[in-house]
Amino acid sequence: MKKFFALMMAAMMVVAMFAGCGNAEADAGTIKIGMTGPLTGGAAVYGTAVEAGMKIAVEEINAAAGEDGLKIEFKSQDDEHDAEKALNAYNTLKDWGMQFFAGAVTTAPCLSIAPSAVEDQIFMMTPSGSSEKIANSGSNIFQMCFTDPNQGANAAVLVSEKNLGTNIGIIYDSSDDYSKGLMQGFKDKAAELGLNIVCETSFTNANSSDLSTQVTQCKDEGCDFVFLPFYATEAAQVLTYANKIGYEPTFFGCDGMDGVLTSDGFNTDLAEGLILMTPFNPDAPETQDFVAKYQAMMNDVVPNQFAADGYDVIYAIYDACVATGIDGATPAADACAKLEEYFATYSFDGLTGTGMTWDASGMISKIPAAVIIENGKYVAF
Amino acid sequence: MKKLLSNKTTRTNTITYLVVTIAFLVMQILSSLGMLGSATKGYLVPLCAYIVMAVSLNLLVGVCGELSLGHAGFMGIGAFTGIVVAAVLKNVIAGDVLRLIIAMFAGGIMAGCFGFLIGIPALRLRGDYLAIVTLAFGEILKNVIGNLYIGLDSEGLQVAFSAGSVELLEGGKMLLDGPVGATGIEKISSFPMGFVLILFTLFVVLNLINSKEGRAIKAVRDNRIAAESVGINVTAFRMKAFVVSAFLAGMAGVLFGLNISSLQASKFNFNTSINILVFVVLGGMGNILGSVISATVLYILPEAMRGLDDLRMILYAVVLIIVMLCTWSPGVKNFMDRIRTSIRAKLRKNGKEAVNNE
Repeated sequence: MKKFFALMMAAMMVVAMFAGCGNAEADAGTIKIGMTGPLTGGAAVYGTAVEAGMKIAVEEINAAAGEDGLKIEFKSQDDEHDAEKALNAYNTLKDWGMQFFAGAVTTAPCLSIAPSAVEDQIFMMTPSGSSEKIANSGSNIFQMCFTDPNQGANAAVLVSEKNLGTNIGIIYDSSDDYSKGLMQGFKDKAAELGLNIVCETSFTNANSSDLSTQVTQCKDEGCDFVFLPFYATEAAQVLTYANKIGYEPTFFGCDGMDGVLTSDGFNTDLAEGLILMTPFNPDAPETQDFVAKYQAMMNDVVPNQFAADGYDVIYAIYDACVATGIDGATPAADACAKLEEYFATYSFDGLTGTGMTWDASGMISKIPAAVIIENGKYVAF
Repeated sequence: MKKLLSNKTTRTNTITYLVVTIAFLVMQILSSLGMLGSATKGYLVPLCAYIVMAVSLNLLVGVCGELSLGHAGFMGIGAFTGIVVAAVLKNVIAGDVLRLIIAMFAGGIMAGCFGFLIGIPALRLRGDYLAIVTLAFGEILKNVIGNLYIGLDSEGLQVAFSAGSVELLEGGKMLLDGPVGATGIEKISSFPMGFVLILFTLFVVLNLINSKEGRAIKAVRDNRIAAESVGINVTAFRMKAFVVSAFLAGMAGVLFGLNISSLQASKFNFNTSINILVFVVLGGMGNILGSVISATVLYILPEAMRGLDDLRMILYAVVLIIVMLCTWSPGVKNFMDRIRTSIRAKLRKNGKEAVNNE
């Protein structure tokens, strides 16, 4: 019987672990914004960048608010880029009394949290989740970055306007949703604009370590413009191999390629003349203040667009709260309804663009920006 | 009651059922009183799934003595089968509970079939070799699911290994979209159903352990040659344990999958398998109640430590090391035993004095 009691004690302790959660009291002077992102693990580079960008925005706002102004209380939780952990992290933030959810950073966690945010009527704005499905989850889900097909379409418009190439080649990662979304958006728009796509070739994450076949194929088809909708690691390989075989078309990448200049073991000279669609340019004069603050916080790492997206999300939510008279005592669902209405006519200027507006489904529309790499620096294109 | 408790196995089993039932009732009461936070409510169903996973793996690792590192693969098969079945039956069967039960059995049977197929080559191996083969199979299953495209429209199911091959009619829906996984899953799992699944698992596993088959399985674990010499068909009994374990893991997968709105095959990777193995090792090989408790504690621990932010994962690892040392290191164990005996002796002495004083 003693053993039985010991076990009962153990069971009680477990129960005690479950309990012991409580809601913090709401303070009218501070709004509570929560964020989840991969702060540990393989995708941590994105999560920590967004978190740091958000913290900078929160510090600036709280310093500027003074005694009586509306302040922000900010809390971040690790989701380990895992759909299940993300939901736990989101629920933890909800228990903390979160009014606005400024996450998640990556797509899978966004998709796992979005239905809960819709159910709870908590305003959600993801800085960098770019799948169309996220915004389509509900009317209170907003995005700060372009959806993949929209960004692809913007790229096609840019190619057509600036007359960047006559024979267009596309290399994409068929195992990656991001890459496929961009490719599809680009292709559809290109067909509409009458661009001439002569070569379309793909790889998967299983054979992404050698992309020489795909580059050769583009060369053989005589492409003078190659669209590369994927990440910096693969881009570094394409550029290296193209240089090796003396192939010099215009290479064009998307925001995932941001960071190509800091790829390991990559000769950055090869990236000269590469054009990127990225909403954030750390070399532009208007972003220098943010870059300096970020570098002070993150040991001199140059911020990428994820950090800037995070920074903008906090400002977008804060400015909207001030404009609609939401304060820390407003229940999350009321705040959500007000913001939803406000965002329909909202125009926001931030680091990642000016005159940003949102459509009814929560997708952003802003002027797409591109940069060209010259002398190892981003120059507005 | 006295008579029932005199048999040691019956007593342990009764305690196991009791602990699980009481824990369930307490959580239900707390929940109905509104005393649980949303974080806690969110843990309950995944926790049930992990408990079932731990118990089913314990059958394989603790009772059968075979090290498997691909258990999450079976969970994944169950999860995605369950998601597809639940979606297909959506307009056929009205009740969510019935649909969940059918999905669970479908997922379990699918995982069991794969367990059987994998068992044919794998169970000819022993020890480390078996561990490596199961690890490989787990990864294969994960990659196959990660490249599977399943769509549903008014004409029925379409299955393909490339995205372009699935062409859906108007109103059709992609149930499983390759590496993107399943999204927009309807959540039909519930905590009571999780509890029922745990009871079912305990019933199956505990009865199997205490049956003729269970004794044969244990005999194979303890001494294969001796078992063979008395006429036990070693491969058949190992296979039985393997398939039952895969079946239960598949059911746990369905419970897990139908509780989350977005699920990718990459969830069921090597890390998840190891996590479940840690639950089993920490709870004690062959100790079913131990698995239940250690799965609970180890699943809640990292979540409960969220307040510690960056230190969380480091502390979790430290806790794991300490618990391992306390339960398995002979030196620490002896030390704990000595403390326990001295406390007991003191208590007894005090008790006697108390009696004398009366």
